[in-house]
Amino acid sequence: MTASAQDVAGDLADVRIGVVTFPGSLDDGDAARAVRLAGGSPVALWHGTHDLEAVDAVILPGGFSYGDYLRAGAIASFSPIMREIIDAARRGLPVLGICNGFQVLCEAGLLPGALTRNAHLHFRNRDQCLRIEARTAWTGDFEPGAEIVVPVKNGEGRYVAGAEVLAAVEAEGRVLARYVGANPNGSSRDIAGVTDSTGRIVGLMPHPEHAVEALTGPSTDGLGFFTSILASILGARAVSTG
Amino acid sequence: MTRVVVDVMLKTEISDPQGQAVLSALTKLGHQGVQAVRQGKRFELEVTDPVDEAAIRQIADTLLANPVIEDFSVHVQT
Repeated sequence: MTASAQDVAGDLADVRIGVVTFPGSLDDGDAARAVRLAGGSPVALWHGTHDLEAVDAVILPGGFSYGDYLRAGAIASFSPIMREIIDAARRGLPVLGICNGFQVLCEAGLLPGALTRNAHLHFRNRDQCLRIEARTAWTGDFEPGAEIVVPVKNGEGRYVAGAEVLAAVEAEGRVLARYVGANPNGSSRDIAGVTDSTGRIVGLMPHPEHAVEALTGPSTDGLGFFTSILASILGARAVSTG
Repeated sequence: MTRVVVDVMLKTEISDPQGQAVLSALTKLGHQGVQAVRQGKRFELEVTDPVDEAAIRQIADTLLANPVIEDFSVHVQT
């Protein structure tokens, strides 16, 4: 490794990405692994504490937090760690919610709309093509309009919102990604993910963290989410230190 | 103690595939008179007197229902 390459690797490893574990989380291990493969440092965060451990960004992973009781993501959105994450996100902390994490972000009111029971009522698990539409802190490494293949696996992944909200999300370019080909769950307008107006708070139903290695994933396309956030955080640091 | 019932239903503009599945089952069972089914949730709260109905509505609005997709109604049982 050259001296400059070592510097870059050192800078990347200084970026701390928190991954929250709720009771019932399933994909926290894979999310942490994806962060590590992208070069960053995953930091385990626990739902029952108020400690964000000075992380630079947070991932809410997939799974069935609190058993999906009441509504998927509803009870998790009131957990102690989420109080801190909601406050920090409103001040600019980047947050990515994947699958159940997306449901938590919608329940917390950080993203518009809601995720409901799949239109066909079946759990759907398959490799899925998506088109990345919005440029955000989590998607900066993708070309606009890039098509990627990552796993989708959900029973309550049907994105819905009121007509006015949907129109605003479209008009403001806040559709993060859309399903290409078959829509796996009946989501409105084939929406697979949305972003907030700042591009820092992002939710996605499919699972990029399961597509980061050729051995285990259908592609390595998912890695782009994790390299994007590391680059975004390093870029912001470079600006602030001048 | 007073029992307060909170009924939560998906808003009419949100499609309800579970209700449709129930309707389909009823049709197969020969109940042709049922034209539509919507499925919701019922919560029964045992509340100390006097009942603060505003507080119950806040509970329903923040936790029991997701106002993005659901409506709720509160019934204090006497």
